[in-house]
Amino acid sequence: MSFTEKSEDGVLVVGVDGQLIVGNRHELKQKLGDALEAGTRRFVVDFSATGYIDSSGLGVLVSLARKIGESGGAIRLAALNTDLKTLFELTKLDTLFELFDTVEAALDGF
Amino acid sequence: MASEVRQKLTINPVDRDREARGLSVDVPSDLQCIEEAVELVSVRCQEMGLCPKTARFNLRVALSEALANAMLYGNKMDPSKTVRVTAQASLDSVSVNVVDEGAGYDPSAVPDPTRPERISLPNGRGLFLINRLVDEVTFNERGNAICMVLRRS
Repeated sequence: MSFTEKSEDGVLVVGVDGQLIVGNRHELKQKLGDALEAGTRRFVVDFSATGYIDSSGLGVLVSLARKIGESGGAIRLAALNTDLKTLFELTKLDTLFELFDTVEAALDGF
Repeated sequence: MASEVRQKLTINPVDRDREARGLSVDVPSDLQCIEEAVELVSVRCQEMGLCPKTARFNLRVALSEALANAMLYGNKMDPSKTVRVTAQASLDSVSVNVVDEGAGYDPSAVPDPTRPERISLPNGRGLFLINRLVDEVTFNERGNAICMVLRRS
């Protein structure tokens, strides 16, 4: 598991390669937290290469959304497959996050 | 990295009748071992006849949750304590048991994380996801062992 990152017109796009689970959630939190402190305000998390997410992974996204929102920023989630979308629907977190089919769609107008 | 973690897992011999269809593995209370343990059990459950999609997603998420709960809240991350995962197949389903060495808890006391006042909280979704992703969930009386049943089809 690893995280990739690239900047697109001031938006930090972080890709989750593998799983987002209790064992690596802090790495994502740290990565986005550092960027937030450095001044980045818009974030896209790319799940196109993600296998599965557990509740800790969902939890870290919730924490990040709150922290980013309190700083006047926003976070969008992109490219979730059907299974991953199901997790957000089951937990009703699809009401808390903006989900986009692709990274490009998430970046559009962001 | 994966092979180093795999070495921390102890695969136990299973009795002869279940040899072809069962698995027993002891996982140390180390969060870094979860992914590898989940992978091992997922692959073995597919060999037992669980459909690949269910093994790859439902089982992986549910088992990851059960292992995290067992390590964090059951064993309280005590490195001297392990979590035992066993899996066995029946004609129409695969059962996966996760047992920790803790005092146990009352699963009925866990609040619904989808309630409006809890939706923004970062935790409390583990057991909820298990209940939604597998076909049957039961606990032992002490509350330190969870049995998750997934139907083969």
